Amino acid sequence: MSDADLLFKALADPGRRKLMDRLHAHDGQTLTELCQHLDMTRQGVTQHLALLEAANLVAIKWRGREKLHFLNPVPLQEIYDRWIRKFERPRLKALRDLKRRLEDDGDD
Amino acid sequence: MNSSNRSQFVYVIFIRTTPAKLWQALTEPHFIRQYWFDMTIDSAWKKGSPWKMSFPDGRPSDTGEILEIDPPRRMVIRWQNVWKPELEAEGPSRCTIELEPVEKAVKLTVTHEIERPESKLITAVSGGWPLVLSNLKSLLETAEVALTSHPTR
Repeated sequence: MSDADLLFKALADPGRRKLMDRLHAHDGQTLTELCQHLDMTRQGVTQHLALLEAANLVAIKWRGREKLHFLNPVPLQEIYDRWIRKFERPRLKALRDLKRRLEDDGDD
Repeated sequence: MNSSNRSQFVYVIFIRTTPAKLWQALTEPHFIRQYWFDMTIDSAWKKGSPWKMSFPDGRPSDTGEILEIDPPRRMVIRWQNVWKPELEAEGPSRCTIELEPVEKAVKLTVTHEIERPESKLITAVSGGWPLVLSNLKSLLETAEVALTSHPTR
């Protein structure tokens, strides 16, 4: 599986997206903290976190013996550059053309 | 960001390059300008050296000092904002940059933290770093940059 496949697979699961939202709200949580307010088994959360980490969407920092999970948005920036930004250009050009036409009509 | 007494983020990117090339891109001004939206960084890159980031017109944006340096593995920078009063008032933050070789790439980890909750400085820099890292990756992997201007400046 390529990096891009793994990344999209990680994002495709609603449970994993919920974990990302939780980390976005409160970053640097332990496994126990993450399990507290979620309707998922500890094992389920563990498996989701492993996949998110493999996709580089979660970064790990150790605080003594505690494993802290941080949301890493960098791959999302890469998705934006690769899959969103490059598709925006035609729409912006259409808006510019419309603006120009409307402004030219106003000169009559 | 977390709600303990510290605000912090940890960003990771994998770049297909060598630690030596990545270290060079992180410390040489003519490289930095290419992926960091024309900002410049001045430093002698030794422990205790002053560190300064400036806008293209020469105004300083952030100042500080190299707290630790271990080429090409790790550097820790004291990072104090000097261009926005409410960010400047928060005092210095700590930025750790770590390079770890992995297979045919380098794992670059940027940790930026300050000992205060709900930090506006950390929020502000957290928006810029993903763009800078994405550009840096493009530069080293394809000799281009994905973005040529910062979207909010």
